[in-house]
Amino acid sequence: MGRLEVLKTYKVYIGGKFPRTESGRYYTPTNAKGEQLGNICLSSRKDVRNSVVAARKAFGGWSERAANNRGQILYRIAEMLEGRKAQFIEEIIFQGATKKDAEKEVSIAIDRLIYYAGWCDKYTQVLSSVNPVASAHFNFSVHEPMGVIGVVADKHTSLIGLVSLMAPVIAGGNTCVVIASEGLPLCSVTFAEVLNSSDVPGGVVNILTGKVGEMMPPLASHMDVNGIVYSGDDKKEIKDLEESTALNMKRISVYSADWMNSDEQDIYKIADCQEVKTTWHPIENIGGASSSY
Amino acid sequence: MAKKKNTQAAVEWDYSPSPESTSHIELKSKYDLYIDGKFVKPSSGKYFASYNPATEEKLADVAYANEKDVDKAVKAARKAYTNVWSKMEASERAKYIFRIARIMQERSRELAVVETLDAGKTIRESRDVDVPLACNHFFYYAGWADKLDYAFPNRKVEPLGVAGQIIPWNFPLLMAAWKIAPALAAGNTVVIKPAETTPLTALILAEIIHEAGLPPGVVNIITGYGDTGAAIVNHDDVDKIAFTGSTAVGKIIQKAIAGTGKKATLELGGKSANIIMDDAPIDQAVEGIINGIFFNQGHVCCAGSRLFVQEAVVDIVVKKLKRRMDTLILGDPLDKNTDIGAINSKEQLAVINKYIKIGIDEGAEMYQGKCVIPEKGYYCPPTIFTDVAQSSTIVQEEIFGPVLTIQTFRTVDEVIQKANNTPYGLAAGVWTDKGSRIFNLTTKLRAGVIWANTYNKFDPTSPFGGYKESGFGREGGLHGLSAYVKLK
Repeated sequence: MGRLEVLKTYKVYIGGKFPRTESGRYYTPTNAKGEQLGNICLSSRKDVRNSVVAARKAFGGWSERAANNRGQILYRIAEMLEGRKAQFIEEIIFQGATKKDAEKEVSIAIDRLIYYAGWCDKYTQVLSSVNPVASAHFNFSVHEPMGVIGVVADKHTSLIGLVSLMAPVIAGGNTCVVIASEGLPLCSVTFAEVLNSSDVPGGVVNILTGKVGEMMPPLASHMDVNGIVYSGDDKKEIKDLEESTALNMKRISVYSADWMNSDEQDIYKIADCQEVKTTWHPIENIGGASSSY
Repeated sequence: MAKKKNTQAAVEWDYSPSPESTSHIELKSKYDLYIDGKFVKPSSGKYFASYNPATEEKLADVAYANEKDVDKAVKAARKAYTNVWSKMEASERAKYIFRIARIMQERSRELAVVETLDAGKTIRESRDVDVPLACNHFFYYAGWADKLDYAFPNRKVEPLGVAGQIIPWNFPLLMAAWKIAPALAAGNTVVIKPAETTPLTALILAEIIHEAGLPPGVVNIITGYGDTGAAIVNHDDVDKIAFTGSTAVGKIIQKAIAGTGKKATLELGGKSANIIMDDAPIDQAVEGIINGIFFNQGHVCCAGSRLFVQEAVVDIVVKKLKRRMDTLILGDPLDKNTDIGAINSKEQLAVINKYIKIGIDEGAEMYQGKCVIPEKGYYCPPTIFTDVAQSSTIVQEEIFGPVLTIQTFRTVDEVIQKANNTPYGLAAGVWTDKGSRIFNLTTKLRAGVIWANTYNKFDPTSPFGGYKESGFGREGGLHGLSAYVKLK
């Protein structure tokens, strides 16, 4: 008799904890061969709302962390992911990819986290400005995180789409609620375990599995969500998303990208979830205009 | 009632009238639409009147554009974009925009007087703020046209195409400049609609653009009401919508363009906090309060309409504020002594009076500056309310008039929470002598523009725009360019 394998229970990730969905529901996606991927949490509206509350609670602490520290934590995520590479590759293959593609996907995901880790304490230098106003004022513009961001991850990948959207959001000091790929949810849950062991404070990233059609509307219309980043090209979904976000004027970024392309990463994705704040202060003019001291 | 004695001072402030001459202004009796480089009649044949809100006299008739006219303008803009403007050397594009700035400067006196006639704002403001800023805005963005690669490192910059722009009545010419200048610099063409109560300076701008020899169709200026604006928003061949106005209309626009792929920048309402700490230089702060709420009759989206005063200094601040209010001169906007001009329209005066009534009905205590209201025209005296709460209607809703609410606070933490407790996030003011406190407050206030020890300052190089329901996107500065480009 061989040893009986211990199967994993896939749960969601809210506020740094791994509850099952409050609805008690599940769904069972299958791979191309018809094999069941597992009993996956079918999250509800209430899970969305709980996640937003957790994300808002975490926002103050995360946004005020030193940029350098945020960078170290993103780097730590990459380290943890590297250590669990084999598990992710196995999951991606099980969900239908070739071994080569799976290996590539995990490698790019790790490298992308390192890429954004490095941006944490640099993007403000590139994006900010001191503005030469005509009056006697010191005037400067800096970037600040928007707040709580809804992340609707790429449907066609299990890991790389999620990482590609989440990393610039949190690198910029935002917290987020992620809706994972409906059909390929395994890596999102395992990635939550990576986050949980990477010094990422609870609530900074919350990950929900289930039906996008069920979770996106309450997320898009939630009054305490500041922005949404969406990956995909479903016209109907984008229209619905943009319509419901008008309620509180959320900022929407829609990306139609091949995240497996190693170039699909840049500072502008960080900027998409930033507000520009401009500050003025008078300058006291002491001394003659032509004095050369 | 002893307080009344202070107001005696108001009587002594008698200035001789000093009206700006209008002799050099020749308004036409009728203005047509500026489409494809020509002044054309509206297809409906309809015109509407623009009035001087200070005298209620008619200034001119202005064409009322309908869907057909909008379509014509968009087609002209598309043609100009495809055939001319997007193909032109960027440095040549720059020179056209520089030229507009220069001709505006040459005609600045005319622009200032017409702005005051049409909008009711004081000539001092039109002359010293609106018009020079508008000219400088064109001058500033002109220079960006051939330097866009420096603004967006590591990317190829492309224009969006045709920009549909809808602007408000509070800074008519300045808003036209804010919209048109960056759009052109980035290589877009424009269809712009000024507000129905203040179309005249935009139409003079059309003459200036014509005089500058801009290729036909690059800028199209059409006048009309909300339905004209809606036709621009809903036109299939418009790539970008830029709107400044109310949050309510902003939300309608965001909904209307959902799923169309049109890019948008929305500059919307505000209810900005102006915060006076107990160590603030009180006299300067009082000037800042006055400027914050009474500048342009309070028709300012970033007006400092919610005043927060730290408890220790509230008595002295309110006393000095009332005294200062009594010295404000309200009346003929063309008079160079006038501090407070006319309310922009009869409709807006009704809105303001409605809110004043709500304030009284909800139990707040009102004080109004002692000034004589002219018999003709639309005027509202400077007004403040004390004894208000966070829940008061006049504290929560944008009034867009010379009405200030005054609240108190004890700690910095308290005022941050109160100031941020609003769906808006356009601007804020902070008055304190302590540097660390300024940085603490300016960092924690959720607003796009923060004035520390100053208020209501604007500059072409300085990005302007809000957080939350005050809209999105920035206008001005390098950051204002991103609203009009796509990055490859």
